[in-house]
Amino acid sequence: MSELLPPTPGQTVGPFFGYALPYARGNELVEPGTPGAVRLHGTVYDGAGAPVPDALIEIWQTDPAGKVVARSGSLLRDGTFTGWGRAETDREGGYWFRTLNPGATEPGRAPFFVVTVFARGLQDRLFTRAYLPDATTDDVVALIPGPLENDPLLASLEPERRATLVTAREPDGSLRFDIRLQGERETVFLTYDEGPAAGKDGVGA
Amino acid sequence: MSAGVNDDDVEREMTMNDAAADIAADTAQHTALDTAAESQAQLSAEIEAGHRAYEKGLQEGAPEELGPRRNWPPYRSSLLRHPTKDLHHADPETIELFAPVFGERDIGALEADLTVQHNGEPIGERIVVRGRVVDGQGRPVRRQLVEVWQANAAGRYIHKRDQHPAPIDPNFTGIGRMLTDDDGWYQFQTIKPGPYPWKNHFNAWRPAHIHFSLFGRELTQRIVTQMYFPGDPLFPLDPIFQSIHDPRARERLVATYDHDVSQHEWATGYRWDIVLTGSHRTWTEPEDGDE
Repeated sequence: MSELLPPTPGQTVGPFFGYALPYARGNELVEPGTPGAVRLHGTVYDGAGAPVPDALIEIWQTDPAGKVVARSGSLLRDGTFTGWGRAETDREGGYWFRTLNPGATEPGRAPFFVVTVFARGLQDRLFTRAYLPDATTDDVVALIPGPLENDPLLASLEPERRATLVTAREPDGSLRFDIRLQGERETVFLTYDEGPAAGKDGVGA
Repeated sequence: MSAGVNDDDVEREMTMNDAAADIAADTAQHTALDTAAESQAQLSAEIEAGHRAYEKGLQEGAPEELGPRRNWPPYRSSLLRHPTKDLHHADPETIELFAPVFGERDIGALEADLTVQHNGEPIGERIVVRGRVVDGQGRPVRRQLVEVWQANAAGRYIHKRDQHPAPIDPNFTGIGRMLTDDDGWYQFQTIKPGPYPWKNHFNAWRPAHIHFSLFGRELTQRIVTQMYFPGDPLFPLDPIFQSIHDPRARERLVATYDHDVSQHEWATGYRWDIVLTGSHRTWTEPEDGDE
């Protein structure tokens, strides 16, 4: 690897982001009634199982055909699907997005939302993935997604750990993705760094 | 909701508006922490012990740390909010190798000036902050979103949960947004924020800082962080700043005074460059341009 500049370290989003980062319709990637609209929602929990009311969740995703969207308009929603959204948790630790199912970017890959988590008390952002629970999609133009067990990340995890990354399809058709920062059923959080020490606390940036 | 809430509490809470309820909950929490009243000396001892252990580890061959510790008890709010397991390695997939696109239509041109958002001039030391956002190879992060937020000159946030007795400035909100230019530069004008007290322990003060939210060329580069001002005497006392164990890494969050950024009879200038390394992968040009 060539010599790289050292990264700027992260710091906590702190307690006072609520007046600065959330914005109108940040969590509404599509308008109500859009064909294929799905509700992605969940609760953020701390290590004692208490909801986290001061977290910020962002999602980044492909469109249902598996295409990476490169369009502006996320901050001033005008009906353009941009693939990116932001939601703060409410007083019960809950968040929700109105969006579309992501598609597979390559045939045989399992579609997922990229999820980034920030919170008071969390020193640095956390990345994770929220996979669709079913390898089917309503969008006929989508590439055929692969089964979850073939996904390289999911295949690298023990079943109990793997389950933390898969959304649950609720009876109303919505997708539930709870995030546990710590403790039993702690969500699997990701590093994209390589190297044996990459995932150790403090090593990465 | 907390356990043990009786019906009266619920009913009373329902009659309050959201802001009042939030403040009440917050005050209760702060009172609980205040009664703990741990001293700065205790916290400083914990910080020093943590740093000594890191230095010892380095000498024994442990890797240099580039970021903050998530598991860092001196920052008390982190106790139940840090993952206990190592981060799991994932090879970034296509979507993670791209970042959302923001454009001129997303933000207004005046959002990069935090001093003109009201009818009057905010009180305080007017400053200009300027810097360049690059990736690990030093290539500019072009046309990408930078969000900033901060306390006013008295150290008070507009946020409803900041209730400490320092004045609110009616002419200062403390929120800015801008895009980097084609060479990765950002610049904004604001008022130098003051330090402020917080409830981590007794007589705890945060060094003055500006919060930054940054996007890179790929999502793996996304960070939220804080920029500090040079020579702040509160640095060694602050559990959040000191969560970064390596002194070289901490230094990367401290701006420098830059006389070339200062403006004649108008503002002093600070320079702060930002490096977003993400997955360290080679970046590929997106196929679709913006608009």
